[in-house]
Amino acid sequence: MRKLKVAVFKFSSCDGCQLQFLNMEEELLRLMDNIEFALFYEARRFAEPGPYDITFVEGSVSTPHEVELLAKLREDSKLVVAVGACATSGGIQALRNWADVEEFKRQVYPRPEWIEVLKNAEPPSKYIRVDYEIRGCPVSKEQLMLFVLQLLKGKTPSLPVDSVCLECKRKGNVCVLVVRGMPCLGPVTMSGCGALCPSYSRGCYGCYGPMADSRPAVLNKRLKELNIRPKDIQLLFKQFTGWSKEFRGVIDEYE
Amino acid sequence: MNTNRVIEVDYLARVEGEGSLYLEIENGKVLRVEVGIFEAPRFFEAFLNGRKYYEVPDITARICGICPVAYVMSSSKALEKILQIDVSDEVEQLRKIIYLGEWVESHVLHVLMLHAPDFLGHDSLLSLAKEQPDIVRKGLVLKGWGNQVVRVVGGRSVHPVSCRVGGFHRVIRKEELLPLTRDLRRVEGYAKELLEWVLELPIPDFKRDIEFLSLRNEEEYPVLHGRIVSNKGLNIHEDEFEECLTTEQARYSTSLRYRLKGRGPYVVGPLARYNNNYDLLKPEVREVVESHGYKAPLSNSFQSIIARAAEVYHAVLELEELINNYREPKQPYMEGMLCEGVGAAVTEAPRGLLYHRYTLSEKGYVVNVNIIPPTSQNLASIEQDLLALGDKLVTLDQTRAQWLAEQAVRNYDPCISCATHFLKLNYVSKEHRHTE
Repeated sequence: MRKLKVAVFKFSSCDGCQLQFLNMEEELLRLMDNIEFALFYEARRFAEPGPYDITFVEGSVSTPHEVELLAKLREDSKLVVAVGACATSGGIQALRNWADVEEFKRQVYPRPEWIEVLKNAEPPSKYIRVDYEIRGCPVSKEQLMLFVLQLLKGKTPSLPVDSVCLECKRKGNVCVLVVRGMPCLGPVTMSGCGALCPSYSRGCYGCYGPMADSRPAVLNKRLKELNIRPKDIQLLFKQFTGWSKEFRGVIDEYE
Repeated sequence: MNTNRVIEVDYLARVEGEGSLYLEIENGKVLRVEVGIFEAPRFFEAFLNGRKYYEVPDITARICGICPVAYVMSSSKALEKILQIDVSDEVEQLRKIIYLGEWVESHVLHVLMLHAPDFLGHDSLLSLAKEQPDIVRKGLVLKGWGNQVVRVVGGRSVHPVSCRVGGFHRVIRKEELLPLTRDLRRVEGYAKELLEWVLELPIPDFKRDIEFLSLRNEEEYPVLHGRIVSNKGLNIHEDEFEECLTTEQARYSTSLRYRLKGRGPYVVGPLARYNNNYDLLKPEVREVVESHGYKAPLSNSFQSIIARAAEVYHAVLELEELINNYREPKQPYMEGMLCEGVGAAVTEAPRGLLYHRYTLSEKGYVVNVNIIPPTSQNLASIEQDLLALGDKLVTLDQTRAQWLAEQAVRNYDPCISCATHFLKLNYVSKEHRHTE
């Protein structure tokens, strides 16, 4: 079998999602029998030119330079797969989209005029066609691995669509929202993490972004009934995937 | 040989984040060095304003996917000072466990995957693995074990979810930790072997007079607390740190950079900790190091890989004790007193001192933040190393000079994602650049 030629590339991000490839550790060496990292700066000194069979991109697009790089990668790739919260919904950087980025520059840099950024941090899908999205802040390495194996077998990769609630029920967790009255985004958040936060006695903070067909407005109503301060409800939605279309609806209600 | 040239790396590889390198050499002397950071700025200090104090550790964790625990810990400790929380010994021990787990996982990543291939002329771990499968396999087991430590305590190894201001969201039970000790003899053996392997690497000869900054306390090799000390007599409390620094912004970099007022560039990280706290390393570690003649102090930046590997072995030995002696805390966390105030804290991230300062409003919302990551503190010194390396660079052909310059940057395990919150090298002649 011919090895798949893979590129892994980052935009604005913490590097955590591409790190998940390296976190495959021993499995990584086995995976290398079937794929080749032709472009992966975090792991390799030399980069091979495209075309690539699969390009994994992490991070959000937040500078004019990144927009150009992204377009070039799209041209060079058969499949573009966005991995992680930044690449699927803008991620934590997208918090600036509700603010004046010029003001942000002034807050952080003594010479703000030297800093060139776009007004918004956006997921790559805003600029190019993206073939698949794998969610999470960070993505789970198991999900990444499954995705690659499915492609290698010639299958159409399947990704989760249901909510964290379902994973919680399967694990037998006591509901932190119903029983303990804790704010939890589990009912509207895409599964894939294994209901991690409720398993550690805390509410979900939505790092996998909205599930398919999610109804954040209904959860918003429930949170109000729990007497949570409006500002704190807004902050709950306005975290790692706040710039997703669904969560933005709730956030804007409180703006 | 032409002694006038320019070394330019457009995209520095095997570092975390995006950076570049520009070196101008004339008549055998390095005239100009620029370590550029073109990672997009991410504005954490700005958007933390207005957030509730309890959200801060989860948010700052996102500055870095490789060392999130360090961000969680420095921010939690700074906020706890404002809220007047003194965490229990049990919670402190658990924090040390997850933090040392991160040291192991992050250090082995750097030693094996990012740095060692340079010394042996490989472009990546994968090509190294073909030649030396045994040490690579053992290193990956070791790295996996470090990740497992973080996962058991934190839920997942990247951006763990169990930590919070005041402690942990729930008690981590002893029986959850004990499976980590099942394989410990093997892991300890691998850590020792990795250190011995690193001590045999062909390390370039290089020396520079450097001020090394790290935490120091008299009880233990520093992780979570201590005074900030240097090998040149600095000895200050964390609250005084910011006053001792000057902040600079370079035109070619999105990362700020720092110097010690009246003293100049300095270095934080494994080499600094090793030099300042050598007496506190486990005797087993010192024995291996000394049998190869690498006692502290070390003033060769290329030897940072030794300090890193020594810390891995130390951390594994210390984790064994910490896990065996672990007692479950009575309560997972402590609630603080909401009040207005300012708090600063420093902890030892894998790459060195990580400083956080917060101001909170009386309702617990953040109103001001300053975060100083290790890599931005090391930037000025990285450039000093490249300047000092000039004599060597001019004697090498273009390809090897470029590689050595890159390696000099990788000595610092730069974490560029953190710093903007680093490197691509083209080697072109000066004449060519000017005609472009």
